Amino acid sequence: MEVISARNLVKDYNGLRAVNGINFTVQRQECFGILGPNGAGKTSTVRMMFGFSPITSGELKVLGLDVSDHAREIKAQLGVVPQENNLDLDLKVLQNLLVYAGFFNIPERTARERALKLLEFFGLSDKRDAKVDHLSGGMKRRLTIARALINDPDIIILDEPTTGLDPQARHTVWQRLRQLRSRGVTLILTTHYLEEASQLCDRLIIMDHGIILDEGTPEFLVGKHVGSEVLEVGQGAGAGEMLITQFQSQIRGHLVVGDNLVLYPLNGRQLLASLQELPQQFDHYLLRPATLEDVFLKLTGRGLTV
Amino acid sequence: MISALRMDISARVFKVFRRHLTVYRRSWKVSLSFNFFEPLLYLAALGYGLGVYVQAIEGLTYIQFIAPALIASSAMFSSAYECTYGTYIRMEFQKTFQAMVATPVSMDEVSLGEILWGSYKSFLYGSVILFVILVLGLVASPWALLVPVVLLVSGLLFAAMSMIWIGLIPNIDSFNYYFSLVITPLFLFSGVFFPLSGLPAIVQSLAWASPLFHVVNLTRGLVLGDVGVHLVWDFLWLVVVAAVLIPIAIHLMRRLVIR
Repeated sequence: MEVISARNLVKDYNGLRAVNGINFTVQRQECFGILGPNGAGKTSTVRMMFGFSPITSGELKVLGLDVSDHAREIKAQLGVVPQENNLDLDLKVLQNLLVYAGFFNIPERTARERALKLLEFFGLSDKRDAKVDHLSGGMKRRLTIARALINDPDIIILDEPTTGLDPQARHTVWQRLRQLRSRGVTLILTTHYLEEASQLCDRLIIMDHGIILDEGTPEFLVGKHVGSEVLEVGQGAGAGEMLITQFQSQIRGHLVVGDNLVLYPLNGRQLLASLQELPQQFDHYLLRPATLEDVFLKLTGRGLTV
Repeated sequence: MISALRMDISARVFKVFRRHLTVYRRSWKVSLSFNFFEPLLYLAALGYGLGVYVQAIEGLTYIQFIAPALIASSAMFSSAYECTYGTYIRMEFQKTFQAMVATPVSMDEVSLGEILWGSYKSFLYGSVILFVILVLGLVASPWALLVPVVLLVSGLLFAAMSMIWIGLIPNIDSFNYYFSLVITPLFLFSGVFFPLSGLPAIVQSLAWASPLFHVVNLTRGLVLGDVGVHLVWDFLWLVVVAAVLIPIAIHLMRRLVIR
């Protein structure tokens, strides 16, 4: 069942087109990723889902309701984790959840029960009376996610949930998100971390310059655009044309990234062996499994690292 | 224009107000004592200090003259501070509005909640001054019991006015100009420190356009028991202007935040 559908969705800011006529659907209980570099239109897309940005044209439905005239009903069913932490710095940890619950008209008793459970789930029970400002970055993030769950939402929207976190904190957040997914919460996630997308997402769209470049499961996208392996040839860009012509029959594609040459081999080991037999030696050879990053590089001609 | 001023307001606005109240409960003692300190300084320096050299104004000693007006100016300053610096910090630095707008609360409710909060601050700080001058024996009439009502309405007005400034010039540095170009002239030329009757006619008609002038008329009239129909007109003036400014403030804030 579709919980979100966008048709020819457009968003302009002062004449600049941030989202340029995109179409996608999100199914119930899936983790749906919106992957792309900064400025791709990811945040604009999710902000329209919770009514923070009015849509310029096209159609966007959340839970079957049009965002343009059912913002309140929609927001009552959503949990939102924004890109910038916007916890209430004037309130303590538990108060943050209770006051937020008030905005959903959740009765105080229920709110308290839920808030305590959420603090426990996110490992913040002993911080309930701490000032928000005194929490670490990872804790703030977990509290923000806990807050987004206070209304027991059908869908949670996470805009860059782990940007700026250290690897350990990031993995803790991922683990919690996976647990939520297994409980049947629909997750919508924007990210520019390839690893995050491949770790969490069942299906994703890759966006750049306001349009969708492709969509599918991570495996499907990798298989479709790159294959199972890539072979990086260090400092091979200069000899690129020569190599490509010579090994045309052994590769299904290639890409020049900086001064490296990235080849998409039909058979990685065989190609590596052939390369090493050449009289000309290169800086390094790296045969590795293909990832979403390779897909992104191929689709956009540039990396995701900002 | 009409459709732009259509507002999306429900009872959830009180949840926004309650959030502010919850925050304030943690700091009210400090904030209240600081906020009535300044009017007290005026009262001491001007009323007791300068007052000695000032002849009776309209049959009143100088401290009797300025004390009720300081209720009015304190109401103006408290909502003006709250709905410039306070509102702006919540909006721009703490992103509190963005968090609230992601819930079923609408941006219009967030803005109106700010205005109600500003009004509450005016009510609170003005009432504290009223209490102080009561203790000092400067309240002459039980009509003074109506002062808090005046404070609430004037608080709405000054809060809306301040948020309109944010909506037009959303920059924290611009608030200096707001205070030096708008609030301070109002403070000085609205009959707080001297009656306007001695000034040229043009200044007197300008004063009529000052919201603080009407608030001062009301607080002074009520505290001194000098009541009459003219106070009804002053009150209506405030109600009408507040009613006009509030939707404009809400519209400008929506335009600023929801993009």
